[in-house]
Amino acid sequence: MMHFLLLFSRQGKLRLQKWFLPLPERERKKIVKDMTTMVLARKPRTCNFLHWKDLKIVYKRYASLYFCCALENQDNELMALETLHRYVELLDKYFGNVCELDIIFNFEKAYFILDELLMGGEIQETSKLSIVKSIEASDMLQETEQKRRSEHPSSSEIIQNTTCF
Amino acid sequence: MPSSVRLQEMIRVIRSARTQGEERGIIQRECADIRAQFRQGDNGERSHSLAKLLYVHMLGYPAHFGQMECVRLIASTRYSEKRIGYLGAMMLLDENQDASLLITNSIKNDLSHNSQYVQSLALCTLACMGSAEMCRDLAPEIERLLRASNSYIKKKATLCAVHIIRKVPELAELFTPSARSLLSEKNHGVLHGAVVLITELCEHNPGTLDQFRKAVPELVQIMKGLVTSSYSPEHNVAGISDPFLQVRILRLLRILGHNNDTASDAMNDLLAQVATNTDSSKTAGSAVLYETVLTIMDINSESGLRVLAVNILGRFLLNNDRNIRYISMTSLQKIVQTDHNAVQRHRGTIVDCLKDQDTSVKRRALELSLALVSAVNIRSMMKELLIFLSTCPPELRSHTTSGIFNAAERYSPSKRWHIDTILHVLTTAGGDVRDETVPNLIQLITTASELHCYTVHKLYRALVKDISQQSLVQVACWCIGEYGDLLLKGECEEIEPVQVTEDDVLDALETVLQSHMSSPATRGFALTATMKLSTRITDNVDRIRSIVSIYGSCIDLELQQRAVEYNALFKKYDHMRAAVLERMPVMDKNSPGHTNGDTSGEIKEPDPSKPKPVEAGLLSEPASQVCDLLDLLDGTDTPLQPSPAPTSNPTTTSSADLLDLLGGLEPTPVLTETVYEKNGLSLKIQCDKQTETEVTVTLIGSNSAQNDITNFTLQAAVPKSVQLQMKAPSGNVIPAHGLGQVTQTVVLNNPNKVSLKMRIRVSFSNQGAVHQDTVQIDSFPTQASQTSVSPL
Repeated sequence: MMHFLLLFSRQGKLRLQKWFLPLPERERKKIVKDMTTMVLARKPRTCNFLHWKDLKIVYKRYASLYFCCALENQDNELMALETLHRYVELLDKYFGNVCELDIIFNFEKAYFILDELLMGGEIQETSKLSIVKSIEASDMLQETEQKRRSEHPSSSEIIQNTTCF
Repeated sequence: MPSSVRLQEMIRVIRSARTQGEERGIIQRECADIRAQFRQGDNGERSHSLAKLLYVHMLGYPAHFGQMECVRLIASTRYSEKRIGYLGAMMLLDENQDASLLITNSIKNDLSHNSQYVQSLALCTLACMGSAEMCRDLAPEIERLLRASNSYIKKKATLCAVHIIRKVPELAELFTPSARSLLSEKNHGVLHGAVVLITELCEHNPGTLDQFRKAVPELVQIMKGLVTSSYSPEHNVAGISDPFLQVRILRLLRILGHNNDTASDAMNDLLAQVATNTDSSKTAGSAVLYETVLTIMDINSESGLRVLAVNILGRFLLNNDRNIRYISMTSLQKIVQTDHNAVQRHRGTIVDCLKDQDTSVKRRALELSLALVSAVNIRSMMKELLIFLSTCPPELRSHTTSGIFNAAERYSPSKRWHIDTILHVLTTAGGDVRDETVPNLIQLITTASELHCYTVHKLYRALVKDISQQSLVQVACWCIGEYGDLLLKGECEEIEPVQVTEDDVLDALETVLQSHMSSPATRGFALTATMKLSTRITDNVDRIRSIVSIYGSCIDLELQQRAVEYNALFKKYDHMRAAVLERMPVMDKNSPGHTNGDTSGEIKEPDPSKPKPVEAGLLSEPASQVCDLLDLLDGTDTPLQPSPAPTSNPTTTSSADLLDLLGGLEPTPVLTETVYEKNGLSLKIQCDKQTETEVTVTLIGSNSAQNDITNFTLQAAVPKSVQLQMKAPSGNVIPAHGLGQVTQTVVLNNPNKVSLKMRIRVSFSNQGAVHQDTVQIDSFPTQASQTSVSPL
């Protein structure tokens, strides 16, 4: 399973952090610092795998963002690269030509998308189309609810049934 | 203003801060705002405040006051608020926070919500941060959802079950029945989750593993479907149909086929098919191939398949993609012990990877190269490794040097090659070698006696060139001290002759002594070497004397002590100097004096200030006498056990006190025999304990003469297969007139049950005269028999 997934900029600023293991806050901060130092120190044409403690670190740079995740010993590193790539494709599809600013200003949406791709450190859906549809439906649900609230501010809120997917 | 803009506005403001202090100020204001918002209660703005707080949290600022807000929002009926609430819970609440328990009820309710998106939020959060208690509470719910008809929910429930099993392994049984039926799902998401769940179940419980072995044909079928299926746009990645699922299935097959012939047979065909048909031009294909190779190597696959796998790895080694080269080497590392010959075929490529730019690749190549060194390829491999050492990154140096030394120790074709290699390493990377290198090298040099001349010349030249590498300098000093006469002779077949004068040598050693680069240990070596040269050179002994006396007032305590002792050697013990400083005997690697891994310099070489060679002489003398003794015992060469020094040297009175305590222990008459009686000394043997293979006896010496017997010692020898252990004697003085005794216990271990014999040598002083005598005991007193003693 994946232990954590981090996104950080070239200057080492954290843009997204997803932890799949319970770790105290202090420990998390230290790991983030270690990761950023290690990954940012890598030269351009080196391989995307590192060893850190007993974990395998897989990282990939997309434009100005580094995507970095930690795997256990039996996990397939090449597949992790594919997973990171899948996440970037999803972000791209959602935001349309995604850039770092999109992720900064809409971080909560980036999390929602990630939660449709990974769960408990494992891949939950292998079909890109499926994930995109789920996100769109969730957003639609949110929008209709907000619209209804603005139209009928006094009525109590009940979330509508949605068709099974 | 819409609230998302307000959130974005805040982000913009924070980002526009020019200094850390300014940012902190903005954040403080915002947090105050947020806190006020939270206190206000439900006004439709809470979710946005929490979102702002989550951003602030990501920047590294404390956000614990938002925890209760998360709990409240999760309980809300609005989807937008639930969404942010659950996100907040995943970010701020983990199982170590008390507030996490409070959301259990909300999660439970949401798991049965009408909307699948709300259910999904609850499932996701539980799988991300669910504590063991929460998992126990909610496990039945999750199990129910596993059997839901909605694939969206099913796939999420499956992964939630995986998390529950990881947290509470006992609950695995709850999910086992449903897991198997999930394999017949068509939906890839659910299928993937099912495979992950089954993998987790099998890893936790070997019993379940056996059960799921029956699913191997089904899994093989699914894989076949994926591999041969026509193009499906939904799951296709670079020409591979759902590589994520393929990789997980292969991993599960690996676990199921491990150590099981039936299961392995069932998957042989499939693995061959995947291995040959998968297109590895892109990462997805390589990932699948990689997993296939790992599976083939880990199950009981037929040899043809294994060869195929190793060849795939060999092909990977030549791939342009550095990642693929890296993982190929990690895989080869795992199998290099078991499939050594197959991996040897790719040695050339692996050695080439030593020259790669990437440090990770270099590290892997180094480990693999070291594993591939064998007696056959040692020369060429060492050449490559030495080249690598001169250009390798600093973090790999010590690993390389230890690897080189290990390889050289095991496979060196000749002593000279071995010494040359070690010298090469010391000159290139002397600072990164492990500590035992110096004593090991010294020991190696002493054993290669025909190369002493060559070695000392080489070392001298290296020393003159560069004195910064401490290990090299230490070895060089030691050799120059030991073999200085060979150095000065000038002739050596293997090296071009260079005339070295005594002054040159002393200059070199003095440079080492005075240089600030030399460590204290190194200077110790140099000083001792200088001293040793005093017996090996002829003209400059005075110079040595002056060097040594200077260091008599050195600030370093160790050097000072040495210098003072050497000075004493010059002044008072000059007659002993030659004997003390003579050539050392060859050191046996396993001798008890040999220390390994000790870093203090002085232990690495004998301290000639203590008359150790003289002592060695003394030790050898009784040994030769002992051999005479043992010759009589059918020519056995059991080493004589000298009796251990008495633990105390009791005076007559105290020994009497001691023996008074033992006074009550009169030996029972039946089991004691007198074996020797002469000059007033009588020696008895008493059998204390006798088993099939072990006999314990006590030797008792008593004195009936007029004068005390002093320096009473016993030594014993036994036949070859018998092991002898002598305990410390009670004393070494036997008072006169039978006033006291000396006893000594001897344990004889006789595993081969040979007939026990023992020869005892008695030595003592009486009235200034030293007496020695020998007694042979041919059989030991038992209850049934009498001891037979043969006179000598």
